[in-house]
Amino acid sequence: MNSTRDIEALIDAMAKLPGLGPRSARRAVLHLIRKRALLMQPLADLMGQVAATARECLNCGNVGTTDICDICASEKRGNGQICVVEDVADLWAMERGQVFKGRYHVLGGTLSALDQVGPEQLRIPKLIDRVDAESVTEVILALNATIDGQTTAHYIADQLEGRVSLSSLAQGVPIGGELDYLDDGTIAAALNARKSF
Amino acid sequence: MTASARVPGLYLSDLTLSHFRSHLSARLSLDARPVAIHGPNGAGKTNLIEAVSLFSPGRGLRRAAAQDMVRRPEALGWKITGILHAPGGAREVETWSENGAARQVRIDAKAGTQLVLGRIARVLWLVPSMDRLWIESAEGRRRFLDRMTMSFTPDHAEVVLSYEKAMRERNRLLKDQVRDGHWYVALERQMSESGAQIHANRQAALIRLDAAQTEAETAFPAARLELVQSEGAMPETVSDLREALSEGRFRDLAAGRTLIGPHRTDLFGVYAAKGVPARDCSTGEQKALLVSLVLANGRALARDFGAPPLLLLDEVAAHLDAGRRAALYDEICALGAQAWMTGTGAELFAELGDRAQYIEVTEENGTSITRQSDPA
Ligand SMILES: Nc1ncnc2c1ncn2[C@@H]1O[C@H](COP(=O)(O)OP(=O)(O)O)[C@@H](O)[C@H]1O
Ligand SMILES: [Mg+2]
Ligand SMILES: [Zn+2]
Repeated sequence: MNSTRDIEALIDAMAKLPGLGPRSARRAVLHLIRKRALLMQPLADLMGQVAATARECLNCGNVGTTDICDICASEKRGNGQICVVEDVADLWAMERGQVFKGRYHVLGGTLSALDQVGPEQLRIPKLIDRVDAESVTEVILALNATIDGQTTAHYIADQLEGRVSLSSLAQGVPIGGELDYLDDGTIAAALNARKSF
Repeated sequence: MTASARVPGLYLSDLTLSHFRSHLSARLSLDARPVAIHGPNGAGKTNLIEAVSLFSPGRGLRRAAAQDMVRRPEALGWKITGILHAPGGAREVETWSENGAARQVRIDAKAGTQLVLGRIARVLWLVPSMDRLWIESAEGRRRFLDRMTMSFTPDHAEVVLSYEKAMRERNRLLKDQVRDGHWYVALERQMSESGAQIHANRQAALIRLDAAQTEAETAFPAARLELVQSEGAMPETVSDLREALSEGRFRDLAAGRTLIGPHRTDLFGVYAAKGVPARDCSTGEQKALLVSLVLANGRALARDFGAPPLLLLDEVAAHLDAGRRAALYDEICALGAQAWMTGTGAELFAELGDRAQYIEVTEENGTSITRQSDPA
């Protein structure tokens, strides 16, 4: 039966998305097919567009559709603070909290010799450069409380010590808990009560 | 004061095993008394107390992976449940593994962690492979030491894991000849914090064991214990350890691994009354020293934690003459511990009489059969 082959392929592709399994992928595809004009075609157009334009910000690693993301492009966000996060999802979580007015630096992971992830892969040299280039006065280390997260925080702190003030999010961020899973209020509180590192 | 006068604080009352090693389905109904398990070789006695060892964090007394404990040939998964009576009240504990995944824990029908289990229950064991503990590698003694330490300080387990994780990272840098100093500094910082904590926890455990040995009247010989390093001295404070790691970096680069820290600590034991190192004692004396330590650990816990631990004593009668055996049973009863003991014949437990409850284990076509019985 060739008539359903493309649809099967679409279901298989959808099932690879985080949070979706084969069952929910089938339901989603069926729903899309029923709403082809209203939902599926606009979605396909948007996907094509974003696939062609999405990229990582050359400065901070945030994702956007321009070489320099909106946050890095905004003069107002250049207030001398940089918040270092592991993941773009963490950046988005911080933005949802609506308290942080500075810029970000997305590492895209944590240092791990065992997993062959070194400082270069994490844009750490770029972060060190940014401290001078953007007249940074405070670096906030919003990394997870895992061994790798804390090693990475210490690694960055060790290089910036004496050049900027260093802080980390206050307690209340659960051990091993990712920022992305915290509600906006908790993030705001953790930021306001940040302590020097 | 009679042994029965004290209120036992930690015991399992209802134990079920499902598809666990040779046990297809076992259901045992127990009181707080010691449990004497007898039956022929290969019947499934050790498997039974291995199941009990899983009421504490970790891989149990055989240090096996969860998927090795699943009953073959079905290999579907296994489950153990029990009602654990502890100082804070009775808890319903379930632990299981499915599809070769890591084992899971549920406490009072809520998902729990192995770490939480460690705070509720204390379980200590002696197994035949430990008979050579004093003469084999330092690793076995360190593991024994850490298990005793964990019984006093359940959080010790997490500190050890943190230390080992950071050390594996550092060893990898050393092996790959990475020269980035900042990276070492970051890891050494974490290693020194957890490493100094490990050392302090171990020392505190030795002090408690020492006190428990000197205070008690016991038929078992006291062991004097000391922490020794395979070379040099252990830097005790966080800053000393950090400095030592930093200074040792060059030497470690040549060796390809970390040469200083609590992972290089050994437990040195001496038969106190004779002044003879444990490794030079007779086989029977070496075993007696271990029994003595486990009992001392139990007494210290009874005082600090409010209850003696569950004791798992596999083939405990081996290497102990009848006099020592009777003394052991008396001390276990005085301690009020639910001690799970195995032996091939019921007569090995004769001195216990009705102070214990009995389980006979036999095997038919690769399946263990458990039968609860009155004393012979
Ligand atoms: N995963 C398993 N599935 C089925 N049987 C097992 C499994 N692991 C061990 N056994 C069997 O259990 C028996 C050993 O049980 P054990 O408790 O050590 O005996 P003992 O009574 O001598 O202490 C052996 O016959 C072994 O084949
Ligand atoms: Mg056995
Ligand atoms: Zn940017």
